Amino acid sequence: MSFQPVLLWSDLLIWLLVAGAVALGVLSARNPPLRAAWARVGRSRPGMAAATVLLAFLAVGLLDSLHYRPALPGGEGGRTVYSVEVLSALDALLTPLRTRNEKTYSAPLATRAHAREAIEVRAPDGSVRQVRDYPRLRHGGAHLGDEAARDADVAARLLRACALAAGLWLALTAAVAARRAARDGRGFAAAWRGLWRDGEGFAWNAVLGALAALLLLACALAALVPEYHVFGTDKVGQDVLYQVLKSVRTALVIGLVTTLVMLPLAVLLGIVAGYFRGWADDAIQYLYTTLNSIPGVLLIAAAVLMMQVVIDTHPQWFATAAERADLRLLALCLILGMTSWTGLCRLLRGEALKLRELEYIQAAQAFGVSDLAIIGRHLLPNLMHIVIIALVMDFSSLVLAEAVLSYVGIGVDPTMISFGTMINNARMELAREPVVWWSLAAAFFFMFALVLAANLLADAVRDAFDPRMTGAAS
Amino acid sequence: MLAYLLRRLFYALPILIGVNLITFGLFFVVNTPDDMARMQLGVKRVTPEAIEKWKAERGYDKPLFINPAAPGVGLLTETIFFEKSARMFVGDFGRAEDGRDIAREIVTRMGPSLAIALPTFILGLFVTVSLALLLTFFRATYLDFWGVVLCVALMSISGLFYIIGGQFLISKLWKLVPISGYGGGPDAWKFLLLPVAIGVVSGIGSSTRWYRTIFLEEIGRDYVRTARAKGLPETAVLFRHVLKNAMVPILTGVVVVIPLLFMGSLLTESFFGIPGLGSYTIDAIQAQDFAVVRAMVFIGSVLYIAGLMLTDLSYTLVDPRIRFER
Repeated sequence: MSFQPVLLWSDLLIWLLVAGAVALGVLSARNPPLRAAWARVGRSRPGMAAATVLLAFLAVGLLDSLHYRPALPGGEGGRTVYSVEVLSALDALLTPLRTRNEKTYSAPLATRAHAREAIEVRAPDGSVRQVRDYPRLRHGGAHLGDEAARDADVAARLLRACALAAGLWLALTAAVAARRAARDGRGFAAAWRGLWRDGEGFAWNAVLGALAALLLLACALAALVPEYHVFGTDKVGQDVLYQVLKSVRTALVIGLVTTLVMLPLAVLLGIVAGYFRGWADDAIQYLYTTLNSIPGVLLIAAAVLMMQVVIDTHPQWFATAAERADLRLLALCLILGMTSWTGLCRLLRGEALKLRELEYIQAAQAFGVSDLAIIGRHLLPNLMHIVIIALVMDFSSLVLAEAVLSYVGIGVDPTMISFGTMINNARMELAREPVVWWSLAAAFFFMFALVLAANLLADAVRDAFDPRMTGAAS
Repeated sequence: MLAYLLRRLFYALPILIGVNLITFGLFFVVNTPDDMARMQLGVKRVTPEAIEKWKAERGYDKPLFINPAAPGVGLLTETIFFEKSARMFVGDFGRAEDGRDIAREIVTRMGPSLAIALPTFILGLFVTVSLALLLTFFRATYLDFWGVVLCVALMSISGLFYIIGGQFLISKLWKLVPISGYGGGPDAWKFLLLPVAIGVVSGIGSSTRWYRTIFLEEIGRDYVRTARAKGLPETAVLFRHVLKNAMVPILTGVVVVIPLLFMGSLLTESFFGIPGLGSYTIDAIQAQDFAVVRAMVFIGSVLYIAGLMLTDLSYTLVDPRIRFER
């Protein structure tokens, strides 16, 4: 085998979450109220456009969660030797981006470096002299014979990318229309027109619109990436686009794995407090009031500082730097989860208190159904909408929190690429003359897209699931 | 009223004790003082003598809870728990790594923190409530729709970008105000202008949307229909009736944070170099000054609990139906 798969802890949890999401989907499909609510989400145009964008981010994050160690060429005595460097499937796809580094800063699509340096120029008579000039980049636009041809080259590549994107999009749309035409037994033209109308039961127009934008972006990047640094390079000459794509996984892990920690705590304690009342209720209320009264950032700071002490005083626990960074990321998720379950727990307790007084629960109690069965069969399904709303609402705030925490110095490992570390490294560069703006701009654009999509989807989900919202003007 | 307040104070005590125990557990039980010493002195090549000296200088060389070696009451008082944790209840926070008294540092740094946080809070509240009223007035029109879209977009931008972008545009490109710093005297307002403006703008998105939902919920009530039926213009309905009645849900979210204004804002203060409590906390976190972080956690919870009590009091001011007899 030419590679050895590596399963980091965060990979395991991410794939576990994917399995959990599939299970939730199956559960929702069997439960009529949940299915109706998801159908309402499907009719929301902003929600479905956001979901399409989020799926694209998720695809990048999942590709980046398949880790392996490549085999080194020339193994000894027939045994294959594997590299100590842990790569992911995304790294393999982006090999040109990952390996073709420049010396230092270069602007987006530039062919020359951002700063002057002493370079040797060979004069026609054969003598060598030193001049201070902007050196040519090793990789950016290196295929061009004449640098002046850059604009024409970029335009030609973009044009080809647009044509490709349009072709792909038309093919996809036609496939969807053909499927719908076959299913509903109507003509292809009618199905095609139906895609663009509201009231078809699913917001196809939004999905296809978002898909058009995504395809255009992806094709343009794919056309330019082989020869240029589309978003420039950073201080050590690494491609900014590569960093941005790697940041997506970190953001997703923070946003998703944290909920995995928070959810069991909040659901279990919330239901126990609300259903059983008594001393358990008092104890749980005391616990979350106490945790809630410590300002969030300070509690996280205190916990992370202590985690750092543990990590620094036990270097023998971690085999590689990647492993240490990964476990630190997980510890951060754990801490964020431990500090953020209180809000959901309070909501669930209140709802459970209300539900346990209703006739159907009292009837179940009168029939002698065990408490566990009542909670599982009667209480939990009726609390699901609160859980789902809380999950999607928390995601965007967690992604934003990661950036702030990394700035404060209590976020992810400094060696781990994330939006927070990117911003942190790039913010001092604005003080340079001339300004280095592209790292920040790229981080801003991708982070904004991710969080905006998450917020829009959260709104759609809340409107669909919250019983107070149905029927009311949004 | 007084009895009610006293009872609330009594309830707050166990919570503060819990906070104290949590921080004590985090800082002294999860990690022993030895670990901290090794961390501060550098993990490699550290001698046991150096660790003992570090601990003795800071008073961390005593037992955690019970000191059998000490006579009389010293059994309980000459311990880390009593000296470092329990004494925070009387405002004694010990010394920071640089040897300064934390309590005095906190008092002197409150001023700059408040100078930023208070105007931001008041202006921000005024701006967001006004915008939310505007959106409510034009509800179900294109202005409302695009206003909400803009709010969602604004709240999707990280707070870091507001600060970085504001500093870059206003201070560096246009050179309107100094990029950072803090000063007393007549020129102090120059330093405050930008942080306050950025603080207000960065809060617009989420707050405006939140107040708008509150107003919309209120506008569906019967008394609003009555007010319209008796011929009041829409503006009078909004300002005189809806705004007043929406005060209770608004106050619930707003009054809690008033005492926390003393803590300042971590990001704003550290970006603008303002010598307040926010930058004090950030510096302590980055220098791993555990004594300061412990003190700030405790003060933060005290202020939060004070905020909860203030919230209850403010209800009586805006809603005469709420009384504290019970």
